[in-house]
Amino acid sequence: MTKDELLVTLKNIVKPYIQDEEAFINLTENTDFINDLKINSANLVDVVLDVEDEFDIEIDNDAMEKMLSVKAAIDIITTKLNEK
Amino acid sequence: MKKRVVITGLGVVAPNGVGISAFTNAIKNGVSGIQFYTDLKELGFSCCIGGTPQIPETLPSNYLTSLQLRNFNSSGIMYGCIAGIDAWKDAGLMISNDTVDFDSGTIFGTGTSGVEKFREAIYKLDDNKVKRLGSTVVAQTMASGISAYLGGILGLGNQVTTNSSACSTGTEAILLGYDRITSGKAKRMLVGSCSDHGPYLWGGFDAMRVMTYKHNEKPTKGSRPMSQTASGFVPGSGAGALVLESLESALERGATIYAEVLGGAINSGGQRNGGTMTAPNSQAVERCIKEAVDDAKISSKEIDLINGHLTATSKDAQEIQSWVNALELEGVDFPYIQSLKSMVGHCLAAAGSIESISAILQLKEEFIFPTINCEDIHPEIMRMIDPHKFSNKLISKKLNIVAKASFGFGDVNACVIFKRY
Repeated sequence: MTKDELLVTLKNIVKPYIQDEEAFINLTENTDFINDLKINSANLVDVVLDVEDEFDIEIDNDAMEKMLSVKAAIDIITTKLNEK
Repeated sequence: MKKRVVITGLGVVAPNGVGISAFTNAIKNGVSGIQFYTDLKELGFSCCIGGTPQIPETLPSNYLTSLQLRNFNSSGIMYGCIAGIDAWKDAGLMISNDTVDFDSGTIFGTGTSGVEKFREAIYKLDDNKVKRLGSTVVAQTMASGISAYLGGILGLGNQVTTNSSACSTGTEAILLGYDRITSGKAKRMLVGSCSDHGPYLWGGFDAMRVMTYKHNEKPTKGSRPMSQTASGFVPGSGAGALVLESLESALERGATIYAEVLGGAINSGGQRNGGTMTAPNSQAVERCIKEAVDDAKISSKEIDLINGHLTATSKDAQEIQSWVNALELEGVDFPYIQSLKSMVGHCLAAAGSIESISAILQLKEEFIFPTINCEDIHPEIMRMIDPHKFSNKLISKKLNIVAKASFGFGDVNACVIFKRY
């Protein structure tokens, strides 16, 4: 999976949880989940569950704590996919 | 001087009608909301009939956001949100996205919350998947889930809480909200109650054999309050919500006033003198009714109609005996008496609020709804009161005062008095 494909998949995953439509439309690698997309912090665990389901990977607590931006998410998903 | 309290908004989600106009139409016409449920049969229930509100598939999205509906599995909270938001809008109140209304709160009761969500969570947890529960298990299964949802949706800044007193929950919520307004602590209180539906809530009652198992073939005949052939209650579910408001606030806003809450009483029989976890202490029931009449500053003769608890178990005659003793009225002097449960079953924690709404609608629209399935009144009841005091036909009548009581497990009682405004 290329980085662009990954970005598109991730964008679809976060879509139900975002509360800032404009930041979502302009989503880039530097977009922050909480500060930009205004995702409720409680919903970050739901994003992680959806990522686990989509990519068939397991995200541990340490990785989850770091998954606060698009870039961090892509890095973590890529690492986990490479470990498979 | 105690503030006067009036009802300015109503919302209802009942097995025989969702929304005030559908519900009013159903109760006027004696429409039963009781059906046969295949899942109860497959699970080996003795009683396979029940009452569940018919919610169109697209309706929830008018009340909850798509994010709130994600992984949502709590029927009681859904019913409560629909009824609560409807009542708020019916009262002509606004929903602001950026201000908090510190003058308005909610006391919205339930017995259990999100029992199906809880089941889902337990299965995952026992499968060592606690990490996969998601973020909403707590909000959907905590007892105060319903008041928390409503408080957030409506932006309520006064007290936001959930009461729980078994089958008296809904009536208790009304009186708790009433107290908060009479004491000047709030201008408006959204009060009511909700109950989940389905086997995981109803199973415990089926095990106790307190639900009827004799009417699986004829569901709409199953709920038979006051009848000689009553053989247990039929389980129901749903929600009822009322906006209570100080009279001065209602007049200031020019709000429509449905009726006035004159007063009421809440007590317990202490599980003594005949009272147990599951049976009422009749002395306490009588005391509760008398205290409600005193609190409302009326005489018992002024009561036109009693909206009873009357569940269709063997206790109905005992309840009527308590009314006779408490009001010191019998025969032709006894008021009209009715049971909404004949049409919707026993909606458990939601019963008191749904039934109170039926009482208020009769005051406002001048009718007495039929109590269906009571063509064979129990002889013990016939000995106490005149046969014209219950009707299985609609009666058109201007009413002034209605008394509503609910009783629950734990030997708890609540009685409220409503008056035409």
